[in-house]
Amino acid sequence: MLVKELLAHGFEALSLPDGEREIVGVYIGDLLSWVMGRAQMDNAWITIMTNVNTIAVASLADTSCVILAEGVEMEDDLVETARTKEVNILRSSLPIYETAVQLSKLLP
Amino acid sequence: MSEPLIFHFDVDGENFTSAGQASTQVKKNLRQLGLSPDIIRRVSIAMYEGEINMVIHANGGTADVIVNEQYIEIILADKGPGIPNVEQAMQEGFSTATDSIRSLGFGAGMGLPNMKRYTDSLEIDTMVGVGTTITMYVYL
Ligand SMILES: Nc1ncnc2c1ncn2[C@@H]1O[C@H](COP(=O)(O)OP(=O)(O)OP(=O)(O)O)[C@@H](O)[C@H]1O
Ligand SMILES: [Mg+2]
Repeated sequence: MLVKELLAHGFEALSLPDGEREIVGVYIGDLLSWVMGRAQMDNAWITIMTNVNTIAVASLADTSCVILAEGVEMEDDLVETARTKEVNILRSSLPIYETAVQLSKLLP
Repeated sequence: MSEPLIFHFDVDGENFTSAGQASTQVKKNLRQLGLSPDIIRRVSIAMYEGEINMVIHANGGTADVIVNEQYIEIILADKGPGIPNVEQAMQEGFSTATDSIRSLGFGAGMGLPNMKRYTDSLEIDTMVGVGTTITMYVYL
């Protein structure tokens, strides 16, 4: 499934510079080193951590997108940073578990 | 690529929010060299972990990345407090990070283990009160 296809399922795009990217699997976590150690390339990464380091980790760990769950806010200048670093950021108003369940139904 | 390429960075110990700049730049450079996404990812994560550690634990330092035909060498050097017990520091979960650092998402005690996981070789040269130099190799 492509990142941009999530928009048809209630996910909101905050930053979508590379919507054509394929999502392969999902990782959930807020501890950044944990995410860097365990997430796989092209995973969708579900988190509620919304500082500048989130963007750096998504970029360096090469996840396909960050999915902010629970409807958490991300500051405008950080969203801008995500765009310039070509990091896809989506948002779901659902809690983390429900967000993951929804992805599990959508992904092959 | 006959001559090795060398990238040098000063890592600012004060500025937390810009931490990761050196790693981000290296990722760009390696992309331009046409290296595989897997190699780029391993180098990027290992270097970012080391860069963040220098900011959090050592008040900054320097980062050098040397790209050869056979390997990429990453050298992170600081004049911070040093690591009193390296074996303990290498264990998953060991961290001396403060609460304010933890609130930023760091402090899982996974940085050094990740540096080991994603590189082919990791050497830690450290002395309490003098500083720490970490040298990592990723073979191409
Ligand atoms: N450059 C350094 N100078 C001094 N101490 C360091 C340095 N790097 C690591 N340490 C020490 O080693 C410990 C473990 O480092 P590690 O990177 O594994 O975990 P962390 O930085 O505490 O948390 P995380 O990396 O998961 O965010 C640190 O908490 C710190 O005490
Ligand atoms: Mg660390």
